[in-house]
Parts: sequence; C-alpha cells; structure tokens
Amino acid sequence: MTLGLINANPVVHAKKERVARTEDLHGDDALSVLSEESITVDEKLGRILITFTPTIQHCSMATVIGLCLRVKLKHYFPPHFKVDIKVSPGSHANEESVNKQLNDKERVAAALENPNLRQLVDECLYSNEL
Amino acid sequence: MDFSEEGLELKEIQRLEGHNDKVWSLAWNPTSTLLASCSGDKTVRIWQRSPSTSSWHCKAVLEETHTRTVRSCAWSPSGKLLATASFDATTAIWELIGDDFECVSTLEGHENEVKSVSWNASGSLLATCSRDKSVWIWEVQPGNEFECVSVLQGHTQDVKMVQWHPIMDVLFSCSYDNTVKIWAEDGDSDDWHCVQTLGESNNGHTSTVWALSFNPEGDKMVTCSDDLTVKIWDTDSITMQAGEGYAPWKHLCTLSGYHDRTIFSAHWSREGIIATGAADDAIRFFVESKDGLVDGPLYKLMLKKEQAHDMDINSVQWSSGENRLLASASDDGTIKIWELASIT
Repeated sequence: MTLGLINANPVVHAKKERVARTEDLHGDDALSVLSEESITVDEKLGRILITFTPTIQHCSMATVIGLCLRVKLKHYFPPHFKVDIKVSPGSHANEESVNKQLNDKERVAAALENPNLRQLVDECLYSNEL
Repeated sequence: MDFSEEGLELKEIQRLEGHNDKVWSLAWNPTSTLLASCSGDKTVRIWQRSPSTSSWHCKAVLEETHTRTVRSCAWSPSGKLLATASFDATTAIWELIGDDFECVSTLEGHENEVKSVSWNASGSLLATCSRDKSVWIWEVQPGNEFECVSVLQGHTQDVKMVQWHPIMDVLFSCSYDNTVKIWAEDGDSDDWHCVQTLGESNNGHTSTVWALSFNPEGDKMVTCSDDLTVKIWDTDSITMQAGEGYAPWKHLCTLSGYHDRTIFSAHWSREGIIATGAADDAIRFFVESKDGLVDGPLYKLMLKKEQAHDMDINSVQWSSGENRLLASASDDGTIKIWELASIT
C-alpha cells in the first residue's frame, strides 16, 4: 500500500532461502521454517521492499519471521531507509492481515518491547547466524 | 481566511535534541509556554522557551516511571496536569509542583499498550484507548483520584487515538479497524455508548486511521490514514450549538494523491490550516479553497515541506499562540519548531 515510487528497474540485491529454527510452543524438537525472500532496494529514495514466502500457507510464524527480517535489515541499512515487508502474494492464508501487522510500525515497536517476543526474534536471528 | 494569495514558507526555528529514540507525540500546554514530548526512550521531556534568548531548552525529563515507550501525552485544560500514555499499559498523571513534575497518579486497567489519552474541554473527564480494542473514560476526582466510569467496547482492533470534541462531551476514537467511532452519554442513564461509526460505507477510510483533529468551531473534523488519504467530515453546527446533544457526522471530502506513505498526524490550527505529518518525512498544509464552486468547500494543498525530518514524522501540533508556530516529532529522535511565515 505504500510503494508507488520504486523505480522501474529495481536492483534485486538478494534472493535467498533462509532457514529459521524455532522451538515450537510445546518444547519439542526445533521446528524448521523455510522462507524464501526477495529484496528490492531503491537507494536513491532510501526504500526497501522485502517479500518473503513462508512455505506453509497457514504458517503461524509468519509475523515472527517478518519481525526477524525487520530487525535484521535494521543492521544492514542506514536508519533513514524505509522498509516495507510483505508475504509474497498468494503464499499465506491471512496475507492481508499479516502484511498489515508487519507494516504498522507502532505494532512492530510494541512487539519488540515484549520480552518474550523479543527473545524469540533474537533466538531466530542468532540461530540463523550459525 | 484566504491563504491563496500569501507567499508562505515553513521556516525552521529550532531543532530540539535529547530523546534517544523515536519521538512519538507532542503536546503544547494551553498557554503554549511549554511543549511536552514523549518517546520510545520511555521518557517524557518538557521544553520551555527562555525569555532572554528566545530559544527552547529542555526544562525537565520525566523518567523512571514508564517501563516502555511513552506513546502519547496530553495537558489538562488548566495546564496543571499532564497525562502520559504508555506501551506499559498504564497512563501516568503528572503535576507541576513548584518547578518539578511529579507523578501523582497511575491509571491501570488496559490489558496492553495504551496508545492515546485525551482530556475533555472542562478537564472533568479523561479518555484512554489501547491495543486491547477498548476505550476507557475516567472521571477526575479531588485529590488527583481517577475513577473509571466506562469501558467502551466496539472497535474490533487496536484503537490508535482518542480525542474529545472541543466543546461537547462527545468522544471520538480511531482505529486499526479502519473506522472512527463516536461515543456519547445517554442523557438519562449516564451510560456511554457508540452513537456513530464512520466506516467504509460512509466514505470512510480503507486502512488504519491514525489521527483526528477538530477545527476550532468544532463543526469539522479531519482524519488521516494508512490508506494515504486525509478526509474532512462535518456536522450540523446548528444542532450542535443548540445544545441538542449529538448530531451525525458526514463525509465532506477526501484529499487523495497528496501523500504516498502513511499519514500519522493531522492537526487543525485556530486559523483553519490543516497540517499533516507523514511517513515520507514531509509536512503538508491544507486550507479551504474558496474557488466559488457550487458544490461546497474543497480543500487544497497550500504548502509542502519535504525532508522536514530525516525519518517519519509521527506528530505535528500547532501552538495555540499568536504566531503560526508548529512543532513536529520524528522517528529520528528530534523535535522541530517551525514558523509558517511570509516569504521575505
């Protein structure tokens, strides 16, 4: 809902598969969630669009994955860059709802202040580094 | 007031630094001698202008009270109290005692983040709203006691802002559910209930409504949204002035094509200039266009200040003083004081 000005020939910086390991709520063995992302960066405007594809249509971790991506991107780009995150069209049952949450910066800020959620995000990112 | 012939520019008067995180909201006290700002750094700062140098400095930092982002702040009409709403689910009430601000009360009850707080015109009531989808109304009692008199359910999602009407005790709220709801007291039973919902079917917004603001007369309202539009609404002022209670609001016009990112704030000045602050780092000014069209008033873009900040603008607030002073708050951690002045 926000990216009318991405240039006509976007530079795709990265298209990669990411495996995020998380422990599911019942403390069983780590559940691995696969998602594929594509990132479009418009350096002149300072805008980034990242779309990711959770491999499960009803993936309940979609918003967490999106949060992880936001936190990760913050480290790679200057603070004034504006990041929009979406699930790739058709890849998730609650696409609109997930996209809306991930792009509501007040919701994102509050979520990251929640210690449990923050810990989950940190764990996802940390395990990714390995 | 006709602004179309004036050559106006937005002059930066001063940049206020100090907060260590996003500045979410601003509030001028009633005499506009103090400016309160609240931030993701969990503090509230009070800024004052020095009479000798005419420059603004930080008079106080209200800290060690809220344990999470402070999202919104509002002065009571008397200017003696400041209410601050936080993601820590509480609303704190601060009183200026001598030269210091002290937290005199903490309002608890919301289940999660409190997003906004507003005082009614007489200062007898306070309203708060939250991600828990509810709007609470509190009665101000002697000794800085606050009693919750109503918990209003109706929004189906996170409530972003509450604002009391400038004259009547009618409460407005706007939400992530894309609607604006209007709440009034039932004459006989003192029960508060939703008297109107402005949604898509009433030409309402199609995404989160972030803010609303009234014109000084209280017969028009501006709303701004994630749907990239600003909407103007009006009500029957005769019914309103006659004290007949609440009269319905209707859509007047939609300003679209001016913003390409979420508009977080809109504020209507005493002279009728609407300022907006958006996620594209720009401040825009809209005024009524008196082009003599038969169909009624239109609003036009009077001025746009691009790159007003380095990051998203979260709040724009006109001072209530004589000169056209505007304060803006940004994700970049700074606040700027501007003057809308004639081009020299």
